[in-house]
Amino acid sequence: MEYFLQQLINGLTLGSIYALIAIGYTMVYGIMGMINFAHGELYMIGAFVAVVTVVAMNTVGVVAVPLVILAAFVFSIIVTSTYGFVMEKMAYRPLRNAPRIAPLISAIGISVLLQNYVRMAQGARVKPLQPMVEGRITLMERADGFVVSLSYLQIVIVVMAVVLMIGLTLLIHKTRLGRAQRACEQDIKMAALLGIPVERIISITFILGAALAAVAGVMVVLYYGVVDFYIGFLAGMKAFTAAVLGGIGSLPGAMIGGVLIGLIEAFWSAYISAEYKDVASFCILILVLLLRPQGLLGKPEIDKV
Amino acid sequence: MQCSQNKIGELIAQSFVAALLAAVLFLHFIGLHTVDQAQGLSISPEWNNFALCVAGVFVARFVFGVIGFLKAKPTEAKKPLFVLPTSHAFYNKVLLGLFIIVVVLPFTPVSSRYVLDVVTLILTYMVLAYGLNLVVGLTGLLDLGFAAFYGLGAYAFALLALQVGLNFWVALPVAAIIAGCAAFLIGVTVLRLRGDYFAVVTLGFAEILRIVLLNWVSLTGGPNGINGVPRPTLFGLSLERTVPDGFKSFHEFFGLEFSSTTRVIFLYYLVLALVVLVHILATRLRCLPLGRAFEAVREDERASEAVGINLTRTKLAAYVIAAAMGGAAGAFFATRQGFISPESFTFMESALVLAVVVLGGMGHPLGLAASAIFLVGLPEIFRELQDYRMIAFGAGMVIIMLLRPSGLFSKREPAIKLHNRK
Repeated sequence: MEYFLQQLINGLTLGSIYALIAIGYTMVYGIMGMINFAHGELYMIGAFVAVVTVVAMNTVGVVAVPLVILAAFVFSIIVTSTYGFVMEKMAYRPLRNAPRIAPLISAIGISVLLQNYVRMAQGARVKPLQPMVEGRITLMERADGFVVSLSYLQIVIVVMAVVLMIGLTLLIHKTRLGRAQRACEQDIKMAALLGIPVERIISITFILGAALAAVAGVMVVLYYGVVDFYIGFLAGMKAFTAAVLGGIGSLPGAMIGGVLIGLIEAFWSAYISAEYKDVASFCILILVLLLRPQGLLGKPEIDKV
Repeated sequence: MQCSQNKIGELIAQSFVAALLAAVLFLHFIGLHTVDQAQGLSISPEWNNFALCVAGVFVARFVFGVIGFLKAKPTEAKKPLFVLPTSHAFYNKVLLGLFIIVVVLPFTPVSSRYVLDVVTLILTYMVLAYGLNLVVGLTGLLDLGFAAFYGLGAYAFALLALQVGLNFWVALPVAAIIAGCAAFLIGVTVLRLRGDYFAVVTLGFAEILRIVLLNWVSLTGGPNGINGVPRPTLFGLSLERTVPDGFKSFHEFFGLEFSSTTRVIFLYYLVLALVVLVHILATRLRCLPLGRAFEAVREDERASEAVGINLTRTKLAAYVIAAAMGGAAGAFFATRQGFISPESFTFMESALVLAVVVLGGMGHPLGLAASAIFLVGLPEIFRELQDYRMIAFGAGMVIIMLLRPSGLFSKREPAIKLHNRK
C-alpha cells in the first residue's frame, strides 16, 4: 500500500510533465492535421535554456533560489517560444499546400538539426545541476522503514501543471483568440473566409505549445537535475502517445492521456520491469490504436468520400 | 525611386527583426557556453561567436531580401530552377549509365578502399529504399519504423550464422524471410489503421524492437551487440587471410597474393547484385496485378475496395515484401560490418531511409539513386566535419523539402495507361 502510494505520487508528477508536452502535439494536430515531430526538441531546448540560465545567474552572483527559478522559467519560455515560432515560419509555413508527407520530413529534419545544434553548441555530455528545491513531506511510514514522501517540488510541478491547464482551457473557451483557434480547428478554409487571420492563429498555436513544452523542460531540470541533447526524442514520443491515448486533437484528452502515461510508466517500472519501462507506453499506444483508434476523448473520424 | 528607398528601409527593418530573433535563439546556446568543471557547470561566454552568428543572420536575411526584390522586378514569367526531362525512357537511360559506371568502378583508377566503401553504403541504402518505396511510394502507407526490419534482418543473420552455423547464402534469404514473417505478424494487426496512426504504430514497434534488443542480453548481447559475424564465402571459398579448418581461401585457390581489397570488391558486387535483384523485383511487381493494386490503393482506397481489391491483403503484401528487402539489407549490413548493435537501428535510420524515398520522389528508381547519393554519400564524404555534418543533414532535409516538396524526380507515371496520350 505504501509502495503503491509512492508510485502514484511519482507517476502523477511524471504525468503532469508529459501532459504539458502532449498539449503542444494535440493543438498543432487539431489545427493543421500534422504531427509536429520536432515538438520533443522544443522541450529539450526549454530544459537546456533553464540549465544555462541557472548556471549563468549563479556565475553572476545571483543565488536567491526563487529568483533563479523565476528567471529560468521566464527565459526558457521566451527562448523556446521563439524557437517554436521560427520553426513554424521557416519549415512548415512554406509547405502549407505541399503533399502531406513533406512537412513531416521537414519536421524530422528540424529535429535532427536542433539535436545536433545543441550537441555542438553545448557538448554531448550530460549537464548536471545541483538540486535547488529540497525538502519533502513525509506522508506515511511503513514498519520496515519505507517512507512515503511528497517533495515540495512534486507539489509545485503538479499544481503548476493543473493551473496551466485550467488557464489554457479558459483561454480556448472564453477568449476571442480561443474562439478563433477552435474555428480553425473545425474548418480552416472557412475560418479564413470569415476573416480569421489563420496564419497568425497557427503561429500563436505553435508559440503556446512551445511555451508549455518549455515549462515541462524547466520542471524536468528541477526534478531530475540532468539534461542532455537527446532527451527530446523519447519524451516527445511518450507525449505523443499521451496525445493519441487521450484522443488527438482533444485538449482535455491530452491532459488525461499525459497523466495516464505517467502513471503507467511509474507502475510498470515499479512492479513489472524497469528495463522495459519505455516499452510500456508503446504497447499502450498500439493497444489503444487497435481497440479505440479515436482515443479516450477523441471524436471518431468520419470517412468522407 | 521613392518606392525602392522605402523597400530598402523595409528590408533593413526585416533583417533587424530576423537578427533580433536570432539573438534570442542563440543567446543560451552559442553565447553562454557552458563548461564542465570539477565543482559543476560554469559559463564561459563566447560573445564573438554569438555576434558573428547574429550578424550572419542579419546579412543573410538582407541578401535574400535583395535577391527576392530583384527577382520580383522583371516581368517575365518565373522560370523553374531547372527543368527535368519528363520521359521515363530518358530516366531509364541515365539509370543504365549509372549502373555501368558502378559496375566498372572497382577497375578504374579512382577506385580505392574508401570509394568502394562509400558506394557500398549507398547501395545498401538503395536496397532499403527500394523496399520502403513499395510501402511509402507505391502503396501510400507511411512507415516510420523501417529500421525494425533492417535490424531484425541483421540480428537474424548474425544469430543464424553464429549459433546455428548457417552459411551466408542460406542465412541471408532466411533472415529476409524472418523479417517478412515479422512484418506479416505486425501487419495483420496494424494495417487496419489509417494514415498517421499507422505511421506512429510502426514507429512504436521499431522502438519496442530496439529496446528488446538492448535488454535481452543473453540472446543479443544487449548494448554490446554481436561481434564476429562471419563474412560471406564465394562457393565455399573464404576471403579472409586465415581460414577455418575445412575451408579453402580464395587467394590460395587461385594462387593469388592475399589482398584485403578482394573482400571489399566482393562485398561491393554482392550488394550490387542485391540492388539489381530488388530493382528487377520492384519493376516487375509493377506489371503484376498486385503491383497495380498497390497503386490503386494509394490513389483511392475506397474506389479500389469497390472494384474488388482486398485492402488488407494488398497492403500486407506490400509491407511483407518491403520488410523482406529490408531484412536482406540488414543481413548484408551485418556481414559487411562484422559487428552489430542496437545503436545501428535507431529511429534516425528509419528517418534516413524515409528521407531517401521521399526525396527520390517516390516514383522512378533514378530518384532513389540520386537521393541515396545525396543523403548517404555526401554526409559520408564530409565525415571529417563531424557535428556540422549532421546539422547540414537536418538543414538539407528541410531545404530540399522547401524547394521540391514532392521530391527530386516527382513525375509519377502510372504503370499502365488506357490510351497512349501525348
